[in-house]
Amino acid sequence: MEVLQLLIGGIATGCIYGLVALGFVLIYKATEGVNFAQGDMMMFGAFLALGFVNSGHMGLPFLPGVLLAAIVMGGVGYGIDRVVVRQLFGQPQFSLVILTIALGFVLRFVAGTIWGYTPVVLETPYSGRSLSLGGVIIGYEDIITILVTGVLTLLLWAFFAKTRLGLAAQAASQNQMAAYIVGVPVQRLNSIIWGLSGAVATIAGVLYASKGAIDPNIGLLGIKAFAAAVIGGFGSLPGALLGGILIGVVEPLAARYLPSGISQMSPYVIMLVVLVTRPNGLFSQIQAKKV
Amino acid sequence: MSVLEVRNVEAFYGAIMALRGVTLDVEEGEIVTILGANGAGKTTLMKTVSGLMDPEKGQITFDGKRIDHTDPDRIVRMGLAHVPEGREVFPYLTVEENLRMGAYARKGRDFSDDIELCYGYFPILKERRNQPAGTLSGGQQQMLAIGRGLMARPRLMLLDEPSLGLSPLLTQEIFGIIKRLNAEQGVTMLLVEQNAHVALATAHKGFVLEMGRIVMAGSSEMLRNSPDIQEFYLGRKEESQRGQKRWKRRKTWR
Ligand SMILES: Nc1ncnc2c1ncn2[C@@H]1O[C@H](COP(=O)(O)OP(=O)(O)OP(=O)(O)O)[C@@H](O)[C@H]1O
Ligand SMILES: [Mg+2]
Repeated sequence: MEVLQLLIGGIATGCIYGLVALGFVLIYKATEGVNFAQGDMMMFGAFLALGFVNSGHMGLPFLPGVLLAAIVMGGVGYGIDRVVVRQLFGQPQFSLVILTIALGFVLRFVAGTIWGYTPVVLETPYSGRSLSLGGVIIGYEDIITILVTGVLTLLLWAFFAKTRLGLAAQAASQNQMAAYIVGVPVQRLNSIIWGLSGAVATIAGVLYASKGAIDPNIGLLGIKAFAAAVIGGFGSLPGALLGGILIGVVEPLAARYLPSGISQMSPYVIMLVVLVTRPNGLFSQIQAKKV
Repeated sequence: MSVLEVRNVEAFYGAIMALRGVTLDVEEGEIVTILGANGAGKTTLMKTVSGLMDPEKGQITFDGKRIDHTDPDRIVRMGLAHVPEGREVFPYLTVEENLRMGAYARKGRDFSDDIELCYGYFPILKERRNQPAGTLSGGQQQMLAIGRGLMARPRLMLLDEPSLGLSPLLTQEIFGIIKRLNAEQGVTMLLVEQNAHVALATAHKGFVLEMGRIVMAGSSEMLRNSPDIQEFYLGRKEESQRGQKRWKRRKTWR
């Protein structure tokens, strides 16, 4: 019973890691660059939602408020790529790393200035309520996190597999030069992907915020999500999600049954083990380009 | 008016000057070939025309409209398709998805007629329609790249070394198809080729590019009969009538 309890909580937490990891992978696949501000985009999205929804602020109804936050954050992501990242085109990878780390600081600072540094709670219609199923008590927020992650994953899959734009995004990540010459506006597509990952980060942030208070530093969770993305192979969307869930499940189990301290280390230990044993990640595509 | 006019185009890679003032014309309905040794700048010229690179100097017009300093997705929308060097397919998309991507620049959604047309020219692709393109053989990938270019329904097609790495037999076949596309679909072709024999047999006229400059131009007939072309591109042994040593011979255009 206890294990089951821990497992469900772990999966829910893991879904949040996985969604942030998804953001890493989306941008990496499109641009071959890593956005180290992904965790901070999650944080900022959560605060935007809080600003739209909480009674002390704008007080919009929950769902429209969250959707509005996702749309605004999508615009912010699009704008960051359009205005800042695109200027780095042709520069060494390292400049993007520095840029996105700096971007994380900026987002933290802006959030702290607007909403303050003391932890605040997002008002949701479901937090704190729970369901008892044969002795296992599951919080509504965990159920909703898992459901929303499932639906979002399906939507993303449908976008990439079924839409014209999604197919173009796949094509551009597989062969950028060929994408250019068949007429894909690759740069605009990259901006759209940045926007998409901003919107996904916002949903992750709202799910995170429904489990507890938030402050401008929760973006540090991005480091664990980064580990999740590496575990998943850093090029695979399902891999990122599963990597996140793996970390989410191991953490509470390690905290309960193993000596203290191991739990905090576990994401990185798993990442190292995966890197050593399966350097391409657990779920990587096989590289098979013919020359 | 020519379909494509290239005027005094200069292009650089950093400090390296790859095109040193190239001028050429391609007329409607023609097959035009560009000959040149490795590193002459042939691929650079193709990339500059299709918008993958911007020229430093000079002008390029397509259908009377300036296309230098225009993004490649705009240029393909105008009807100019580039089939790049080296089988640049989308490796994890299927053959049919690759073809579909070829029509990305066009309006409309249903391109099954065009896909059937491609399969008509390349029947092997139909057999492999659901296979990831990265698992095709090199020659099949080259056919796919040409088919993908065709899906744009271009008026002008740039083909960069379509025979690269293909067997002589397959090379003949590909060039046969290029000729048919030109005759049946009315596609004007600008063709880069190392194999001067087959290129001059296919094309109506040709240009010789050396070190980033056009050093010779003329009808295929005229080029085939030029002693320089015969020696340096067709590999024909010179009859040493005057006892001239091979190493003493100089290309007359230098
Ligand atoms: N990305 C690049 N960076 C620097 N120099 C380049 C680059 N691409 C090509 N060059 C240089 O530009 C010149 C022309 O290259 P290009 O690829 O156009 O030759 P090519 O005629 O297509 O040769 P090949 O027949 O071998 O394909 C060469 O000297 C080459 O070294
Ligand atoms: Mg070349």
